[in-house]
Amino acid sequence: MKKLSARRRHPLAALVVLLFALAATGGLYAAFAPADKAKAEEAQTSLAIDEGKKLYAVGCASCHGTGGQGTSDGPSLVGVGAAAVDFQVSTGRMPAQQNGAQVPKKPKVYSAAETEQLAAYVASLGAGPETPTKSQYSLDGKEDAANGGQLFRSNCAQCHNFSGKGGALSNGKYAPSLDGVDPKHIYEAMQTGPQNMPSFPDTVMPEKEKRDIIAYLDKVNGEDAATPGGFTLGGIGPVVEGLFAWVFGLGLLIAITIWVAARTTKAKKS
Amino acid sequence: MSTATDTRRKKAPAGERVADWADSRLGVYSLAKANLRKIFPDHWSFMIGEICLYSFIIIILTGVYLTMFFNPSMGEIVYHGDYVPMQGIRMSEAYASTLDISFEVRGGLLIRQIHHWAALIFIGAMFVHMMRVFFTGAYRKPREMNWVFGFLLLVLGLFTGLTGYSLPDDLLSGTGVRFTQGAILSAPVIGTYLSMFLFGGEFPGHDFVGRFYSIHILLLPGIMLGLVVAHLIMVFLHKHTHWPGPGKTNTNVVGTPFLPVYMGKAGGFFFLVFGVIAAIAAVATINPVWAIGPYRPDQVSTGAQPDWYLGFAEGLIRVMPGWEINAWGHTLVLGVFIPLLIFPLLLVSIAAYPFVESWATGDKRHHHLLVRPRNAPVRTGFGVAWCVSYLTMLVAGGNDIWATHFHLSINAITWFSRVAFFVAPVLAFIVTKRICLGLQRRDKDKVLHGRESGIIKRLPHGEFIEVHEPLSSDELHTLTAHDQYKPLELEPEVDENGVVRKPSRSEKLRVKLSKGLYGEDTQIPKPTPEEYKEITSGHGHH
Amino acid sequence: MSSQDNSKDNSEENLPQQPEGADSGALSKRDDPFANPGLPPHEHRVQDIDEQAAKRSERAVAGLFTLSMLSTIGFIVSYVSFDIDKIVYIFPIGRVSALNFSLGMTLGLALFCIGAGAIHWARTLMTDVEVAEERHDLDASPEVREEVLAGFQEGARESDIGRRKLVRNTLIGAVAMVPLTGLVLLRDLGPLPGTKLRHTKWAKGKMLINENTLEPLRPEDISVGSLTFAMPEGLSEEDHDFHNEIAKAALMIVRLQPENIKDKRELDWSHEGIVAFSKICTHVGCPISLYEQQTHHVLCPCHQSTFDLTDGGRVIFGPAGHSLPQLRITVNDKGYLEAMGDFAEPVGPAYWERG
Repeated sequence: MKKLSARRRHPLAALVVLLFALAATGGLYAAFAPADKAKAEEAQTSLAIDEGKKLYAVGCASCHGTGGQGTSDGPSLVGVGAAAVDFQVSTGRMPAQQNGAQVPKKPKVYSAAETEQLAAYVASLGAGPETPTKSQYSLDGKEDAANGGQLFRSNCAQCHNFSGKGGALSNGKYAPSLDGVDPKHIYEAMQTGPQNMPSFPDTVMPEKEKRDIIAYLDKVNGEDAATPGGFTLGGIGPVVEGLFAWVFGLGLLIAITIWVAARTTKAKKS
Repeated sequence: MSTATDTRRKKAPAGERVADWADSRLGVYSLAKANLRKIFPDHWSFMIGEICLYSFIIIILTGVYLTMFFNPSMGEIVYHGDYVPMQGIRMSEAYASTLDISFEVRGGLLIRQIHHWAALIFIGAMFVHMMRVFFTGAYRKPREMNWVFGFLLLVLGLFTGLTGYSLPDDLLSGTGVRFTQGAILSAPVIGTYLSMFLFGGEFPGHDFVGRFYSIHILLLPGIMLGLVVAHLIMVFLHKHTHWPGPGKTNTNVVGTPFLPVYMGKAGGFFFLVFGVIAAIAAVATINPVWAIGPYRPDQVSTGAQPDWYLGFAEGLIRVMPGWEINAWGHTLVLGVFIPLLIFPLLLVSIAAYPFVESWATGDKRHHHLLVRPRNAPVRTGFGVAWCVSYLTMLVAGGNDIWATHFHLSINAITWFSRVAFFVAPVLAFIVTKRICLGLQRRDKDKVLHGRESGIIKRLPHGEFIEVHEPLSSDELHTLTAHDQYKPLELEPEVDENGVVRKPSRSEKLRVKLSKGLYGEDTQIPKPTPEEYKEITSGHGHH
Repeated sequence: MSSQDNSKDNSEENLPQQPEGADSGALSKRDDPFANPGLPPHEHRVQDIDEQAAKRSERAVAGLFTLSMLSTIGFIVSYVSFDIDKIVYIFPIGRVSALNFSLGMTLGLALFCIGAGAIHWARTLMTDVEVAEERHDLDASPEVREEVLAGFQEGARESDIGRRKLVRNTLIGAVAMVPLTGLVLLRDLGPLPGTKLRHTKWAKGKMLINENTLEPLRPEDISVGSLTFAMPEGLSEEDHDFHNEIAKAALMIVRLQPENIKDKRELDWSHEGIVAFSKICTHVGCPISLYEQQTHHVLCPCHQSTFDLTDGGRVIFGPAGHSLPQLRITVNDKGYLEAMGDFAEPVGPAYWERG
């Protein structure tokens, strides 16, 4: 005890206290944060209800109107087509949790069968793009990934970044990262233009080109994509590279200077 | 006589014979006499300059290697190399040869990554080194010229970096070059001419890679190499500064000899720096041009930023409102031109500070003892304010990255940065100055009353006191070794002989500056020996 | 700063005193408790007094140097044994080039061990006795100064440069003029601007070619909410000046509901709500194309200038100084979209002659 009080005034005492405080804050945050998240997910799943129009009336009508004509809280669904419903519902974006700059991707609420029922109902409101079939979006090895890359840089990279890592839009909106996104959803997004994303209909970007883009993304950003140089550092360019150079490069080197210049331990006088 | 020297020559070992040979032709012995056992002081902060020097050497070594494979041409080819996602794509030979370095030259990728990482670290280390010199007052006479040389190295480093990362002609750097061209266009009267001359016509043309190449590998590094050599010669000439402490004075330098200790440490440190950078290049990708794609002026990727050291210029451009004046058939593009002017002004302001300071103090003495930042609160405050304004603009330059990763609105960040550019440096100055004064007070307290030991004693009459350990004479000296200036006063307008003398404007300014630097609220008077004696002799414990 | 001289040496009384001869530490403690106590006595390291410890240090240093040699061999082995395109999974980095990783790591280790060994050697086995060396100001002694100045005066006199003004002045003139030759030579770095920045490849009757398919666009191809990029008919990627032309002519096409268009001229220049704007930002020329189809705003990824496509391409945020130029379009008799002329104003960044 006496030792402790003597060390209270040690030059390094402030540092130790600071470390303690940081650890405690972090620990407390870690202890409480997940609890909130779990609760939110529970509330979400409780939304799940059964089929077709009935599903719509309960899950969607409050924002999109009883006949899908849209309200001030949600756009009209007349003519958006089954593909749009499939994209929004099976990526979990719909039903939306709250109004905000943008509705984020989250665990999906409806099962595949329910999604299909919803899609069929919305498609009946007005003609629109149909849900793509597997042959439309899945890769058969005949795609030209290099051409896909060229198309990606012309049409997509301005928002989604050169390797699909996402980027910022105005007022809190953003283009999401394409990491691990199902090819079907990439295809549907290009076809329907969800939320603020513009669409790239077949008339200006034919099916084959969409598949080229999917093939390119698979090559550079898929699960088996190689990153020859090592850590990609998020693949978002010089900002992270600069941070890394400062923290790990200069930080490490300055730590080394301290070792180089420090006095060698002296023999104990006794 | 001659036989005597002959016999000695024969007996001398080979190393000495080589040295003798060199001495007759170069006079190496007289050079070595002054420098071989030169004393270097030890402190970690003195080694940051070495990080700069070594990373510069690493950049030159790896750069020479890269020139053997890089083809600085904007001629267009269709790629048929090893990297599949680019096969069949039209690109410049510069870009294609960069792909070849990365995918077809064994170790080429490693050298490229070492070159680029070393460049980021080089410029970062120059900043830290410069701020070390600034905050400790190491730039004072006789080292002003070395301060300027170092500053020039930093500025040249920025442009060498810019011309370097633009060479691969990839989509990211091409966007940066486009920005450079747009910024040049904004210059009144001569903008369009400059742009046409730099790019050999309209943007992008077919010339800029070749031109940037000779600037990047010849012109700028040549000048930098000369400056580096001069910088080092001056360090030897002046001998290194050192911190005040027992045995250390303004007229000596305390440390260990160049041969062997400093040579072992500094020489070893080169290998450490190189080793660390090589390992970083082994584990972390930098500038993956293959993923970014070749440059086309109608394509772009989000997250278009320059390398970090130009991030503050990018920030200035991003936060500037879009002012444009159209009159008499001409356009003044203030929205671009003002940031273009602030960029050099911000840099020069820190470079000019030492000269303003030395003019205001009129101090022409030599200074070899460093000043702890707390003992020069205005200087430290200014330095921190400068860093903060740099940093706010650096943050603004990455506003889209912060927006996506911290779920913020890009517009809100931009507005925040606009305000912060003016407010944050002022706040930083005030806060830093106050912290410095607080630390000065604490030092004074420690000198006069000793260090609080944390041990509580109860006196016989019941009073509790904390035991204060008196400082050692080493510590007493160290804490009181700094200079304290008095501010200048204007001479009375009428002197004792009744002659009226109006102070000139520059005199008034000088007095004002001096008062700002050393006047009220800028320093705590350091304890005097009298104060100390009075307290220690009079049982001044409380 | 140049007024060092007229500062009249304000009697230096504001400058703090510097104790003279404090280096010896001779001032007695009683006179000045803060006096410099002089260099503290040297304390021995473990290695200085214990040969065992010194031996351990020696072994550590030698071990590091040996490890470096092994790493260099490892580097050579990696170089010859790994294929350049071999990809391996390394936790936690990912799927990386085996060659890059192994070469970098072995090189890093080989270098690092030399450095660590040398420094450990310097720290534990070389002397750590701190010694003081006197500094000498670089200023020359007054005698030397006089001698040099006298020598210079003599040289100047002997050259007659002060007396023969004509020689001096013509020399100055000649040396001042000769750099002009270099300046003149720079003239051919590029052409004069002329009106190059005012014109693009667009002209009356040129069809809008879809950049993806290289087919001409029809109005019915473009639906509300979609985004299409187009270039002028007759421009090809293989053209020598393709980059220069596309840098000005790149076009962004969207379809709006005509009733949403606020700007009258924009409506006049559109076709059934289809509007064509320059893709080149008016700030510093980035290809702007972050189109938000619900708000009809386009954002520039470089500096976040935001333009409202329903209001004549007006700037609503960011550093751009003027609206995005619009291309006037119509439909030709074959049903394809075509331009009705070049842009009415220069595209891209503003410049002095833009007006």
